[in-house]
Amino acid sequence: MDMLKKFSHSSLALPLAALALLLLFNAVFVTDFFKIEVMENGNLYGRPIDILYRASSLIILALGMTFVIATGGVDISVGAVCAISAASCCVLLGGDISGVPQHPFFIAILAGIGAGVLAGIWNGTLVAKLKIQAMVATLILLTAGRGIAQLLTDGQIITVYYKPFSYIGGNIPGVSLPTALIIAFLMVLLVILLDRKTSIGLMIQSVGINQTASRYAGINVTLVLFCVYIFSGFCAGTAGLIEGSLIRAADANNCGLNMEMDAILAVTLGGTLMVGGRYYIGGTIIGAITIQTLTTTMYAVGVSSDRLPAVKAVVILLIIVFQSQKFKQMYRDYMLKRSASGQLEASHA
Amino acid sequence: MTVPQDSSAQNSPQDYILRMRDIDMFFPGVKALKGVSFNLKPGEIHSLMGENGAGKSTLVKVLTGVYQKTGGHIVYDDHEIAPRTPLESQQMGISTVYQEVNLCANLSVAENIYIGREPRGALHNIDWKTMSHHAHALLLEQLGLDLDVNQTLGFYPVAMQQMIAIARAIDTQCKILILDEPTSSLSDKETEKLFSIMRSLKQRGIAIIFISHFLEQIYTICDRITILRDGEYVGEYEVKSLPRIELISRMMGKEIKEDQIESNLDKSKPQEQVFLKTTDVTVPGKVKDLNMEIKKGEVIGLAGLLGSGRTEIAETLFGVMLKSEGEINIDGVNVKIKSPMDMMMNRIAFCPEDRKVQGIIGDLSVRENIILALQAKDGMFRHMPRSKQNELADYYIDLLRIKVSDREQLISNLSGGNQQKVIIARWLATQPALLILDEPTRGIDVGTKSEIEQLAVRLAKEQGMSVIFISGELGEEVRTCSRILVIRDHEKITELAEDEISTAHIMQAIAGDYHGHA
Repeated sequence: MDMLKKFSHSSLALPLAALALLLLFNAVFVTDFFKIEVMENGNLYGRPIDILYRASSLIILALGMTFVIATGGVDISVGAVCAISAASCCVLLGGDISGVPQHPFFIAILAGIGAGVLAGIWNGTLVAKLKIQAMVATLILLTAGRGIAQLLTDGQIITVYYKPFSYIGGNIPGVSLPTALIIAFLMVLLVILLDRKTSIGLMIQSVGINQTASRYAGINVTLVLFCVYIFSGFCAGTAGLIEGSLIRAADANNCGLNMEMDAILAVTLGGTLMVGGRYYIGGTIIGAITIQTLTTTMYAVGVSSDRLPAVKAVVILLIIVFQSQKFKQMYRDYMLKRSASGQLEASHA
Repeated sequence: MTVPQDSSAQNSPQDYILRMRDIDMFFPGVKALKGVSFNLKPGEIHSLMGENGAGKSTLVKVLTGVYQKTGGHIVYDDHEIAPRTPLESQQMGISTVYQEVNLCANLSVAENIYIGREPRGALHNIDWKTMSHHAHALLLEQLGLDLDVNQTLGFYPVAMQQMIAIARAIDTQCKILILDEPTSSLSDKETEKLFSIMRSLKQRGIAIIFISHFLEQIYTICDRITILRDGEYVGEYEVKSLPRIELISRMMGKEIKEDQIESNLDKSKPQEQVFLKTTDVTVPGKVKDLNMEIKKGEVIGLAGLLGSGRTEIAETLFGVMLKSEGEINIDGVNVKIKSPMDMMMNRIAFCPEDRKVQGIIGDLSVRENIILALQAKDGMFRHMPRSKQNELADYYIDLLRIKVSDREQLISNLSGGNQQKVIIARWLATQPALLILDEPTRGIDVGTKSEIEQLAVRLAKEQGMSVIFISGELGEEVRTCSRILVIRDHEKITELAEDEISTAHIMQAIAGDYHGHA
C-alpha cells in the first residue's frame, strides 16, 4: 500500500497509467496483441515489437526535445531536419540501381548526422547567442529545412538500392531486434549517462527555472542553451537516417513530417512542462511509446488513417487534462474532503 | 510578562471590520496556521509580527483568497466570507500590495493602475486619454508624484514601482489595505511619504494591515500589533503598552536584551595582506573612478542611499558588469574579467541583492541550490557524486542552521531567511576568499538577521575571508564592518574606519558634512 502510494505520487505515475490503460484496452479488444513470434530469419515479430520499432525515431527526437523544453525553449525544426539528414545521406549514397554506393556508407551516415548537428548549431546560435525566441528561431528551419533537402536532392526522390542502407530502418542480418530499436536504446543510454554522470542536467534545469539566477551562480547560460540545441539537432539527424532508411529513399516533402509535434507531445505527456525546469527522461520515453501505441491500436481496431488524427486528439486531450495541475488539485481536494468526512463519521460513531 | 492583553477584545463585534477566528491552514505535511485569531478595526494600522515562517504571509493569503483555509471563520463587514480567489477578495474591498512588486514592467504606469478596470468609451473601447489623465491625477493627489504615466513601469526604479502599486491598491474602493513589507525597498524619505499616505488613509476609515521587519517603523506608525509564532497566535497588543524588548522576546519565544541586538559585534581585525585592489575602475554611468582595497580578514561596508551605486560596485567586482577602464588586482595580480566565472576562479563569491530573481532556483531542491555554484565552477563533466552532494548540503544546512524538512525540499517552499542562508551556503561551498553580501538581510526576521551579521564577522575572523557587506540598514554595517566606504552618485566619497564608524557619521558623510580620512 505504501509502495502504491509512493508510486502514485511519482511523476511517472500518470504517463504509465495512461499507457497501461491503452495496453489493457488492446489486451481485451485486439486478439493476440501481446504475441511475439520468431520469424524464419530469426527476427522477432509481433505488435509490441512493432510499436517499439515504430516509436524509435520518435523516442530519439523526443529525447533531444526534452532537454530543449527543459531550458524553457522548443525546437520545432526537428521534423524538417530529419528530411535534411535523410537527403544528405541518400545523396552521398546515390540512387544507382546496381546497388553500388557512390561514397562509403559510414561517410554517408556521418553526413546525415552531421547535417543534423549543423542545423543544431544554427538553431543554437540564433537562440543562445542572438537571444531570439526559440519558437521563432526554429521556425526558420521548419520552413526552410525541406527546401534545403529539396536542393540537396535536386528536387528528386532519390531511392537508394544499396542494401546496407535498409538495415538501419530494418534488421541487420542475424540480429533479431530491429536496428532502429537498438539505436533508440543506445540513445536512451547516452542520455541517461549524461543525466547521471555529468552535471549538464542540473545546469539545464537551473537555466530553465531561472536564467538570471543561473548566471549569477556562474553558469554559462549561453553555452548550456547552445549545447541543448546541438544535441536536439544530433537527435534529429539520427532519427532522419532511420526515417530515410524505412522507405529507402530521401523524400524531402514527407520525411519526418509533423514529427516535431509528436515529439513535443511525447515530452509533455511525460510530465515535463513547456515553461521549462524539471525534466523526466523516463516520462518522455513512455510518452513516445504511448503515442505510437495509440496509433497502432487505432489501426488494429479498424480506424481508418484519415480518421486517426481525430481519435488520437480525443485520447490525448483526456491524458493531458488528467495530468493538468488544476485537475490534480481538484482530485486532491476531493480525496481530502472524503477522508475528512470519513474521519468525522468515525468520530461520531 | 506583565503586558496587558488588549481589553478591546470584549467590545461588541460591530466595532470590527474583520474578525478571523481559529484559522487553520494545513498543507500536506505542514500545519502553517493553528487556530490563529486576528481582529481589525476600521481606521487602524495593525501590524502583523512574527519571525520568518511564523505564518504572517499565510494568514494574509488566507484572507486574500490565495489559499483556502482548512478551518475557522472569517467575518468581514458582519458577513462570514470565504474568498476563493484574490479577485474575489479584492472586489469585496480587500487590497494587497506585496513585498515584490507584481505589476507588469512592460506596460505603462497608467495601464498598470487601471488594468482590468480600464475606463471605457462609447463603443466600450478603452478610453486611453481619460485613463492617463486619471492615473496622473491619482498619483499627484494621493502620493504627490508627478510622473509621466505613459512611460513603461520598468522605466522607474523599484521604489517608484512600489508607490505605483500602492496607488493602484488605494484606488480600488478598498476597506482593508494589506501592505506586505512595503518599505523594504524604499529609502527613508520615500518611507516617510508612504507613512503620511497611510495616515491619511487611516483618517478615511481604511483599516491597514502592515507587515514590516523594521521595528522603528512599527512603533512610528502602528496602533496595534498581533504576534504570531510558528503558526500559532501569541497575542494582540496595543503598541503603546508593548515595549520593544517584549515584542521581540514574544516573537522569538525567548528572552533577549535590547542592547544585545544593538551592541557592536566583536569585529574582525584585518590582516596586513591586501586581497583585492581596484585602480580607477569605471563602468560608464554605473561606477566612477573607483579606488578601493580590501585586506584579508576584513569586513568592509558600502554605505549610500538607494541607487547610489552600491550594487553596481559589487556587480563590477563579480564580473556581472564589465568595467571599461581601470584595473582590478587580486593578490597583486592584474586580472582580466569577462564573466562571473572569471571572478569565481579568483575565489570571489557574490550573494546578489534580489534573492528571488537573482538568487534562488525555485524549483530545485535545497541540495541542488547549494551545490550549484561549486558545480558550475568545477564544470559539467566533473560531476559531484550524489553522496558528496548530500554530505556538502547537510554540512551547510547544519552549519548555517537552515530550517528544512530535508535537503530535497524545494527552496521555493522555504521562508525568506532560510532561502538566503541557502544562497550563502551555495557560495561558501566554493570556498571563496572574498564574499560579497548584497543586502543579505532584506526582508528577513530579526533572529536570522543577527545570525547573518555574526556569520560575516566570524568568517573574516576565523577563516581570514574578506567580506563586503552591503546593507540599506546603516546600523547593520556599523555593527559588522571594520571599515565603511561611503558611496554617493556612483562615486566613493570617503571612508570611515574604526572609531569613526557610526550611523551619524555615515549620514553626515552622505550629506557631505563629514570627511573622514579619505
